[in-house]
Amino acid sequence: MKSLLKYLGKYKKESVFAPLFKLLEALFELFVPLVMARIIDVGIKNQDISYILKMGGLLILLGIIGLVCSLTAQFFAAKAAVGFGTALRHDLFHHIQSLAYSEVDTIGTSTLITRMTSDINQVQSGVNLFLRLFMRSPFIVFGAMVMAFTIDWKAALIFVVTIPALSVVVFGIMLISIPMYKNVQSRLDRVTQLTRENLVGTRVIRAFNRQEEERKLFVDANALLMKVQIFVGKITGLLNPITYIIVNLAIVVLLWVGANQVDQGIILQGAVVALVNYMSQILVELVKLANLIINITKSLACTKRIEAVMQMEASLKENNTTDVENTDAEDYICFDHVTFSYKNAKEPSLSDIHFKVKKGQTVGIIGGTGSGKSSLINLIPRFYDVTEGSVTIGGINVKDYPLHQIRTMVGIVPQKAVLFKGTIAENMRWGKKDATEQEMMEALTTAQAAEIVEAKEGGLNELILQGGKNLSGGQRQRLTIARALIKKPDILILDDSASALDYATDAKLRKAIQQMDPNMTVFIVSQRSTTIQYADQIIVLEDGKIAGIGTHEQLLSSCEIYQEIYYSQFQKEGRQNG
Amino acid sequence: MGKKKNKEVMANVLKCIRPYWFFVIVSFVMAAITVALTLYVPILIGYAIDYIIAAGSVNFAAVWEIMKKIVIVIVITALCQWLMNVCNNRITFGVIKDIRTKAFHRLENLPLKYIDGHSYGDVVSRIVSDVDQFSDGLLMGLTQLFAGVITILGTLGFMIYLNWIIAIVVVLITPLSLFVAKFIAQRTYTMFHKQSETRGKLTSLIDEMIGNQKVVQAFGYEDDALKRFDEINEDLNKFSLKAIFFSSITNPATRFVNGVVYAGVGIVGAIAAVNGVLTVGRLSSFLSYANQYTKPFNEISGVITELQNALASAARVFELIEEEPQVPDAEDAVVLTDVDGRVEMDHVYFSYTPEQHLIEDFNLKVKPGQRVAIVGPTGCGKSTIINLLMRFYDVDEGCVKVEGEDIRHITRKSLRENYGMVLQETWLKSGTIRENIIYGKPDATEEEMILAAKASHAHSFIKRLPQGYDTVITEDGGNLSQGQKQLLCITRVMLCLPPMLILDEATSSIDTRTEIRIQKAFAKMMQGRTSFIVAHRLSTIKEADVILVMKDGNIIEQGTHEELLAQNGFYANLYNSQFAV
Repeated sequence: MKSLLKYLGKYKKESVFAPLFKLLEALFELFVPLVMARIIDVGIKNQDISYILKMGGLLILLGIIGLVCSLTAQFFAAKAAVGFGTALRHDLFHHIQSLAYSEVDTIGTSTLITRMTSDINQVQSGVNLFLRLFMRSPFIVFGAMVMAFTIDWKAALIFVVTIPALSVVVFGIMLISIPMYKNVQSRLDRVTQLTRENLVGTRVIRAFNRQEEERKLFVDANALLMKVQIFVGKITGLLNPITYIIVNLAIVVLLWVGANQVDQGIILQGAVVALVNYMSQILVELVKLANLIINITKSLACTKRIEAVMQMEASLKENNTTDVENTDAEDYICFDHVTFSYKNAKEPSLSDIHFKVKKGQTVGIIGGTGSGKSSLINLIPRFYDVTEGSVTIGGINVKDYPLHQIRTMVGIVPQKAVLFKGTIAENMRWGKKDATEQEMMEALTTAQAAEIVEAKEGGLNELILQGGKNLSGGQRQRLTIARALIKKPDILILDDSASALDYATDAKLRKAIQQMDPNMTVFIVSQRSTTIQYADQIIVLEDGKIAGIGTHEQLLSSCEIYQEIYYSQFQKEGRQNG
Repeated sequence: MGKKKNKEVMANVLKCIRPYWFFVIVSFVMAAITVALTLYVPILIGYAIDYIIAAGSVNFAAVWEIMKKIVIVIVITALCQWLMNVCNNRITFGVIKDIRTKAFHRLENLPLKYIDGHSYGDVVSRIVSDVDQFSDGLLMGLTQLFAGVITILGTLGFMIYLNWIIAIVVVLITPLSLFVAKFIAQRTYTMFHKQSETRGKLTSLIDEMIGNQKVVQAFGYEDDALKRFDEINEDLNKFSLKAIFFSSITNPATRFVNGVVYAGVGIVGAIAAVNGVLTVGRLSSFLSYANQYTKPFNEISGVITELQNALASAARVFELIEEEPQVPDAEDAVVLTDVDGRVEMDHVYFSYTPEQHLIEDFNLKVKPGQRVAIVGPTGCGKSTIINLLMRFYDVDEGCVKVEGEDIRHITRKSLRENYGMVLQETWLKSGTIRENIIYGKPDATEEEMILAAKASHAHSFIKRLPQGYDTVITEDGGNLSQGQKQLLCITRVMLCLPPMLILDEATSSIDTRTEIRIQKAFAKMMQGRTSFIVAHRLSTIKEADVILVMKDGNIIEQGTHEELLAQNGFYANLYNSQFAV
């Protein structure tokens, strides 16, 4: 909470003026019943029409001043809240961007997005409401009581009793019903889950003729939801009748006490009218206050979620911000007994990985799901820090490179082919900001993607929808490869990024990459043995350990796991043709 | 046209409310009583004040009488109000339960074409959030619209009864409030529209950049992303400020109008009192009316927008409910028994959309126990064949026959009972492993289940799970690996083991060991059964009795491995390319 308050700091003036003007408005509002009492007790009593008109004019004047104050307050509150939201959004976005892979893994992108969007919106409207109401509502409630005291202390005592009684009812019902809404939500979640499940699994459900059973499940879940909704409804439905009774009973008592006081000549008739008026004002404001509190509670929960992200520190520290010159070490990339575990993981994902790669070599990495292939290559551009051992490029530990330098050196094509909304050219420029059309076409040709662009009416300016929805999986993969190639990286990493390509295209792609630059070191991760068969070195991973390392022929004769993978995909005839 | 549609929706809504007619009537009666009594209280208070004249001249007996009356009235009012709330609750939640159930029932017999053609999110939001939105609107409409109208009419009536001159003052000033509210609402609408548009833009940018943060970092795009973010964020700042400010004018403005009404009543009332036309007590009744008279107007305008939203939501739900269901089974449809697995496709024409012809004049005869392999590059439409065999879709022309019978003359239930299907998308229900395995045969015994699990090589991994067969699978099988999920899907079919099979071999994300197990399980299942296999493995393809080669949704070649190689067509090319470098 406190850490976010600094965002209001820029709007100190607004944050003070908003509640202040709101207070003024409330003050003028509180005068109204008093003025009316004067009209009755002085104007009517003395039959003084000019006094009545004067006081009536005063009422309208009070209204106008109230309106001006209120508008000023609303404006300041809106300005402070929106400014707060904007600044917070900026900082949070910036902060999230600085988080490393391992933090993003722990927290999950979808919650980061909700925090960035709906949570901030909620906090923003909470701030707005808070600035407007946190002074006004209590002020009117207690102000009405104080005004009652100025009229008559005996009558005012009724206020002293009524306000706590009303508060207990309003806040009590609120406190009881809020946790119940959680229950409603969880039952609604079940209904949602069943619906979703039935959509995703339609084919299976129909294949097994289970429609009737699914219907029954849904009807039950739905009935449970209704039951709890009606129950909550019954409780919240008590709010209006009970508060109505309390306020009106108070008015009845007020009338009796008022009658006595008037009879004794302590107050006048108009004062009784004013007292009744104050009593009715209280209820409206208490309900507003209760809503405000609900809203603030929600906002506070959101604030906590936002703060949790803000407090996350990027685990990757940049040790060096100036570019370094790498040495001409003979072994260009070295993994020196590397062990790596993901945050909070019980077991390491990679253990004792040790190998060397020469400049310009092609390295194939193969192994089952979860064997650590992606973890291994993610260590090269330092997306994660190793737990033990070290990774060096050109003789320098990856930790000693500035992040931007190492990421320019490495071109990576991730498993998930992600493209961004915008033209093909814009997507290509991710790799190289000032890429010319010719450079783009070259990279696209190498990536076997030229035909995609040529087939599009707009060519390079063809729009890609968000997530690349208007392209097939294979097309997306080839474009992401082109995006990495345009960087002309020293090290190219293809993380199972040709899986959607047919074998022929896959083969052509590999050939083209090989011909691109003899000095480019290439890592190819794949599940297919054909894809890596001709690599200079093949690393076989099994459960995070190296199960074999060598060329295709070496591994085929010595590595059991490699054989298993190879033959499962090729059977015996693969060898004859190969 | 929009109006006509609204009317239709309204009629539908009323139809849904009809079963609750009793509650509706009670609710309306209670609302009327509540409003009438609520309005009566200020008058009673006014009477009481009139008996509290001045020092020494207070009529205590009369005040006491009125007080007793007031207490009775408020207790009755509160009771009626509570009853009304209870009725409204019952109506609202009952109606939405009914609508949800109806929508879900329709979901279960919608043609696959509808489900495939709509995003899941869209359908889910119709059944969940649209219905919710509708219920909010309905509840508000029930509680506030009716009560609001009677309040206005009642207040007016009472005011005219008390003093018609002052009543006219109120009636004349009130439209001012409506006018102000409307003026503000119009301004606010455009601002809110712009705000939500900009918010949408910002969200989609956040979605892309944070959602793909790894790529953003890999390409060092952080600064550019922040720059783009800031641009939209600034716009949002501008629009939000205006939207929030304009919308927050409404309350003070109506309060102001209220204040003017109050002052007007005060002045005119006081003058009338001076002239002896009005007592102070009546004036006080008027003042409290003036205080609450404009409220229902504002509420009603709020309710109307809410109702419009609710109707729009209801329209979307009803659209789903009224969607054409799949063609029901023919009346004379036969029940398949003793199937030995003869399948024919006879001059079949099929396409998903009329513009794009897919399958044209396709013929295939499969003898009992034969294996049909379906091959082709990714996305070539292999699932179309599955859709036709299982009758998820109907053919356009020609027919699919099982045991010589057109499947459109077979009950869907018995047709599908005779197929065992394992798809690439491994779908599991949220529930225990056991519930998932016996999904197709709920009355299976423990032994049968374990036997099936052993046969499909799933038993060993299930045993190692924390609660064995009672382990709860989270939605979509989140806590299982892809391979384990596939094994469970196979077990599910293994337990029923129907005479015909449809299998998808795709195992791209499965580790080698599991893959070998899955293959073994497949092989065991296929023994002596007619099988259609979406094939990815050479061995499967080579052993098949018929290979269907598909490309761009079309079956372009058909034959055995040798025949197809000899043809030297697309298949031969596909086969050879696997070994080319």
